[in-house]
Amino acid sequence: MTASVKSGEAPVRSEHDIVLARQQVRRLAQELQFSLVDQTKMVTAASELARNALVYGRGGTMHWIILDVDGRKGLRLKFADEGPGIPNMELAMTDGWTSGNGLGMGLTGTKRLVNEFEIDSAVGAGTRVTITRWK
Amino acid sequence: MEKIPILRMGEFLLVTIQIDMHDQLALKLQDDLSTAISRNASKGVLIDISSLEMVDSFIGRMVADISGMGRILGAETVLVGMQPAVAITLVELGLSLPGVATALNVERGMALLRQKIDADGADDGQR
Repeated sequence: MTASVKSGEAPVRSEHDIVLARQQVRRLAQELQFSLVDQTKMVTAASELARNALVYGRGGTMHWIILDVDGRKGLRLKFADEGPGIPNMELAMTDGWTSGNGLGMGLTGTKRLVNEFEIDSAVGAGTRVTITRWK
Repeated sequence: MEKIPILRMGEFLLVTIQIDMHDQLALKLQDDLSTAISRNASKGVLIDISSLEMVDSFIGRMVADISGMGRILGAETVLVGMQPAVAITLVELGLSLPGVATALNVERGMALLRQKIDADGADDGQR
């Protein structure tokens, strides 16, 4: 059975919010007693997605949920923005591709840092990226 | 305003990043460093990130840019003290920081800088 133990949200509206999002994810990952490497991966993934939401999505929200599936704990983050959306998902998920000033590692790189990765976006309908890391 | 101090030690500049930087602060450091390299005619830059618990693609790019910019201005850059968890994460993220010299700690970083500068000096002598 999947149960959400605890959840919350935080705004991603400024560069400072990216820092706060990282700190929040670090606290949650520590609470779940993730290993240091897993903490670092989740914090880094959150930082990438928060920046995407701010830079490409003109700001949004980070929702977080602590999950418990038959005693197995996990942390799920969802970044939602109301930006222009991603016109070509295949291209956006290509290693090395960037529409802006990044290194082109944002989405594909982030995907490698987590256990589950889901993206939902449409032109004019914003972007929602959900990532999960299990303990 | 927040600022990351740049220490001058002879022909080297030393930067220790001890806080979780927001993006503008990282860009400001890049700016301040290029100014400092040029003003002091520095030969080497040592960046200590042993206190950093996370390096994402933005900070990774900043480090790579500082290194490239420094080279054009005649200074070698060495990045030191990266935590193992940060290194593992960076590689999985897809950032191997090509062109950025790294060392385990400040002491080894300094030795590497000296070595690089001596090698450059020897090249100049042959011309």
